[in-house]
Amino acid sequence: MADFNSGFDLSASEKAEAAELQKMIAVEQQKAQFQAQVHNFTDVCWDKCVEKPGSKLDSRTETCLISCVERFIDTTLTITNRFTQMVQKGAH
Amino acid sequence: MDTGTIMEQVKVQIAVANAQELLQRMTDKCFKKCIGKPGSTLDNSEQKCIAMCMDRYMDAWNTVSRAYNSRLQRERARI
Repeated sequence: MADFNSGFDLSASEKAEAAELQKMIAVEQQKAQFQAQVHNFTDVCWDKCVEKPGSKLDSRTETCLISCVERFIDTTLTITNRFTQMVQKGAH
Repeated sequence: MDTGTIMEQVKVQIAVANAQELLQRMTDKCFKKCIGKPGSTLDNSEQKCIAMCMDRYMDAWNTVSRAYNSRLQRERARI
């Protein structure tokens, strides 16, 4: 992360406050990233699991959504690993 | 500006962005589910379908959020 204090003469307490602020913003950024990922998963898994929206989310759909998230992450990990191996071997 | 005020603004901005994202995706999904052939108005059954679809989309979002969160926790525990 860029050091936004450089070039300013800050007192020790101001520096501590800035560092604290940076930490808190990083936490919020992580939460926002989590939410962005949830939007993507919901988008994909809605198409896979929801046929016709009923008066309640039935348990079959709920199970499907959970499996969808798990398998999507598994797929991401599998592809990332395999791709890494391919790159390391220099194969195409 | 003090730290508390800045953090308050950061949180509000993130919440607004999150709501906009949800709104946009939900509109897209529910339009596809509920409007087969666009007619001259949104008829009653279409409006009912949209209301139901919105509720279910938000349920789905929450289910996905919980599933993702528990997976993250399991992955962290594994390391």
